[in-house]
Amino acid sequence: MAEKTVGKSIPKIDAIALATGAEKFADDMRPPEPLECAILYSPHSHAEIVSIDTTEAEKLEGVVDILHYGNVEPRLHTTAGQGFPEPSPYDTLLFDRRVRFTGDRVALAAAKDAETARRALDLIKVEYKTLEPVFDMEEALQKNAPRVHDGEEHAVIPVAYRPEQNIAAEIDVSIGDVEGGFDKSDFIVERTYETHYASHCALEPHAVISYFDEQGRLVIVSSTQVPFHARRIVSRVCGIPLRKIRVIKPRLGGGFGGKQEVFLEPLAALVSWRNRKPARIVLSREEVFYATRTRHAMKIMLKAGVGKDGGITALRMDGLLNAGAYGTHALTVLSNVGSKVLPMFNKIESIRFFGRSVYTNLPVGGAYRGYGATQGYFAFNQHIDIIARRIGMDVLDYIKQWHIREGETSPLFEALGEGKEGVSQVIGSCGLDECIDRGAEEIGWKTKRGKRTGSGDRVHGDIVRGVGAAVSMQGSGIPRIDMASASMKMNEDGSFNLSTGATDLGTGSDTILAQIAAEVLGVEADAVIVTSADTDLTPFDTGAYASSTTYVSGGAVKRCAEKVALRIRERAGSMLGLPADGFSCRDGRAVHGKKSISFEEIALDAMYARDQEQIQAQASFTADISPPPFMAQFAEIEVDLRTGRIRVVKFVSAVDCGRPLNPALAEGQVEGAALNGISYALCEDFVFSKDGKLLNPRFWDYKIYNTVDQPELATIIVPSNEETGPFGAKSVGEIAINGPAPAIANALYDAVGIRMYSLPMTPEKVFGRLVEEGMV
Amino acid sequence: MKGFFTVNGARIEASFDPGETLLRVLRKAGFTEVKEGCNEGCCGSCVVLLDGKLVNSCQVFAASAKGRSITTVRGIGDLHHPHPIQTAFAESGAVQCGFCTPGMVLAAYSLLQENGDPDDEEIRRGLDGNLCRCTGYVKIVEAVRKAAERMRADG
Repeated sequence: MAEKTVGKSIPKIDAIALATGAEKFADDMRPPEPLECAILYSPHSHAEIVSIDTTEAEKLEGVVDILHYGNVEPRLHTTAGQGFPEPSPYDTLLFDRRVRFTGDRVALAAAKDAETARRALDLIKVEYKTLEPVFDMEEALQKNAPRVHDGEEHAVIPVAYRPEQNIAAEIDVSIGDVEGGFDKSDFIVERTYETHYASHCALEPHAVISYFDEQGRLVIVSSTQVPFHARRIVSRVCGIPLRKIRVIKPRLGGGFGGKQEVFLEPLAALVSWRNRKPARIVLSREEVFYATRTRHAMKIMLKAGVGKDGGITALRMDGLLNAGAYGTHALTVLSNVGSKVLPMFNKIESIRFFGRSVYTNLPVGGAYRGYGATQGYFAFNQHIDIIARRIGMDVLDYIKQWHIREGETSPLFEALGEGKEGVSQVIGSCGLDECIDRGAEEIGWKTKRGKRTGSGDRVHGDIVRGVGAAVSMQGSGIPRIDMASASMKMNEDGSFNLSTGATDLGTGSDTILAQIAAEVLGVEADAVIVTSADTDLTPFDTGAYASSTTYVSGGAVKRCAEKVALRIRERAGSMLGLPADGFSCRDGRAVHGKKSISFEEIALDAMYARDQEQIQAQASFTADISPPPFMAQFAEIEVDLRTGRIRVVKFVSAVDCGRPLNPALAEGQVEGAALNGISYALCEDFVFSKDGKLLNPRFWDYKIYNTVDQPELATIIVPSNEETGPFGAKSVGEIAINGPAPAIANALYDAVGIRMYSLPMTPEKVFGRLVEEGMV
Repeated sequence: MKGFFTVNGARIEASFDPGETLLRVLRKAGFTEVKEGCNEGCCGSCVVLLDGKLVNSCQVFAASAKGRSITTVRGIGDLHHPHPIQTAFAESGAVQCGFCTPGMVLAAYSLLQENGDPDDEEIRRGLDGNLCRCTGYVKIVEAVRKAAERMRADG
């Protein structure tokens, strides 16, 4: 292929503006004198609000409004920020009489300044009747367990939802004869793996500004990944006509799934709507930790029946997912644990996936980069490492023998969808073998695996090295659900305006979409002026989640640009008296053999001369499939036997993301996700008190990796060609967060022969295991 | 309280409460390039140069900065005349969401003032007060290396 723009690492179109501080994030667009909002949170993990007395708070000078269950209409909804109808249950009110976790919302004070709003909270008298809480998933499933939800909560699509048993979602899918498969096996490997809570830690805390425009319409400027869903949800929850609402996503300071949740926009909107004044809600870091959303903690049991040749005769995966107090994403994260992981070994004939999402009185899980795949692959990759060792085979050879390949399918693609049946698909591109080979080469697999090198011998030395690997796949959007659209128009100088609902979270999607349009039209990317993510100015897009933007939004932009190119060729044909189909667009000209005409002349002709029109088009795109990117990741680690501390020496990620449209940006996605995954594996953790209160809601106590913690990160892009993707592209946004935890766990086993079945692998826990195994 | 500050070379007057931080005062005065990421001195999104020294502006009382000289990221280069560090960040793919970038750029600026030829280890140590969740830091370190080379070449 001879593309000129696509495949080039051009700088992000907003990079200089961001680096010089010129660009605006939500809180940088503060209107004059907004009502400052402060939120009162529950100090109890489970309680009934007996009464709220706001008399004293209202007397405080400058307090304008106080919202609580007594004066806000109860409309059940989900904050999940998904398409309509949502697969997450409607189990949430803006303000409820019942509080279900420490950090649940009790009231909101709006005042002339932030200090007054905070002081007002101290003056609100709330009488609670505490209820027995439940934190453990298995306990929550017991018959006499406290019920987290027992009102009108309901699912809006036909799915298993049984709040009376604390079950927020249940999935049970069987293929083949699982028990028979176990019977046929030569040995069984059964283990239970646990993954933990984590915070997204986008550097920009959640921020929402709302105000009225000159015509009295409500403008909501939000740090959201889903502006169109936010508009729909605000309208429904607040009872404000949708046509009166405009949602704008300015620059966004990172999302990672945490800003898919629509839980602040309705509050700001309501404060503005009730008081006819601008409002501002910006969360503190502490609030982001305990009152927003987290990665769902999970317990995953894997049971594999294995033949002597290593063939898996049956595989069973049982997943328990801690939804926390509300079921946002409880069904779909759970289904992705199965649907993103189990098709990897598609030759297994008998598979059962049984999963339950369980309500507890802990902080609320939600979408988080990786979306269940991260949890599932922690279990899966350790499990296959165990099996390969048991049959005496190198795990990389073992994976190569069994993984899904081009031209192959898995029945699970169809069996497991997002709230409904999935979509069957045949893999069109898979570069996993090359990812494995090149990654292994880069880490030095052959020379290091099983060597247990270090600064001393195993008995007297204290530092031992090991290497481990993990593979994973993800998806590219949600098939037949995610929809994107784009419109374009041509200007007099041969430049184009591209409007797209796609939401750039900082990933660079505005840039990549410009590259796609530019490639189709044969212009430089800077000839495409991008406007995105504004519900008034841009066409609809479901938003930035599920690794959808390059594939789905890119599909819409490509289709739209092709329509524009067709109009250009037609007009060029009529101007030069030649057939339109002989023209191609390149270097800003319509070219027909030796004859050509500039875009500028074509645009001027269209606008001012003959058969006047603006050359423009719009297009929508929904995919029938979700082509998975593939990845092999490798960790080389050092274990300090004196302390149990794991240090990652080098981490390699080799990814097949189809054709990388902007290699530097693709690498950036991989590097960021990999480091987040390493940090998650080794040190990030929510520490709860016995009564369910988060004890470390700050960067000082919730450690994320910084520059000095960073190990050497090597990223290898293994291009493939996904024929259904724009210029061959698949997704790359999420996948790299899946491999670090299992690769490190497998490297730990390689180094010292112990397995960590529960995350995070902190020095305390690793040292404890070393003691248990008599290693120290 | 009221006070004069010199921000990016221009004198401004601001009124503020005694307990108000320099970060809040700067943002209220329109210097929105100074970001609030944690307000607890941990993430580095709010760093500015105070009399040439890199500080977390969320940990400085505005009152204690009265009369002093403050440089934000806009003070070392703007859209029309970006500083070589800013250009290197853009070209290296070191800017993803960009929320940490003003702080990162200033930390790099401060480092390169002291050490014009840092190795990667020194770059990492120089930026260890600034968190980024998007990039994994690889391209940030690369950008600082590239900027240092260019600044040395330009004298």
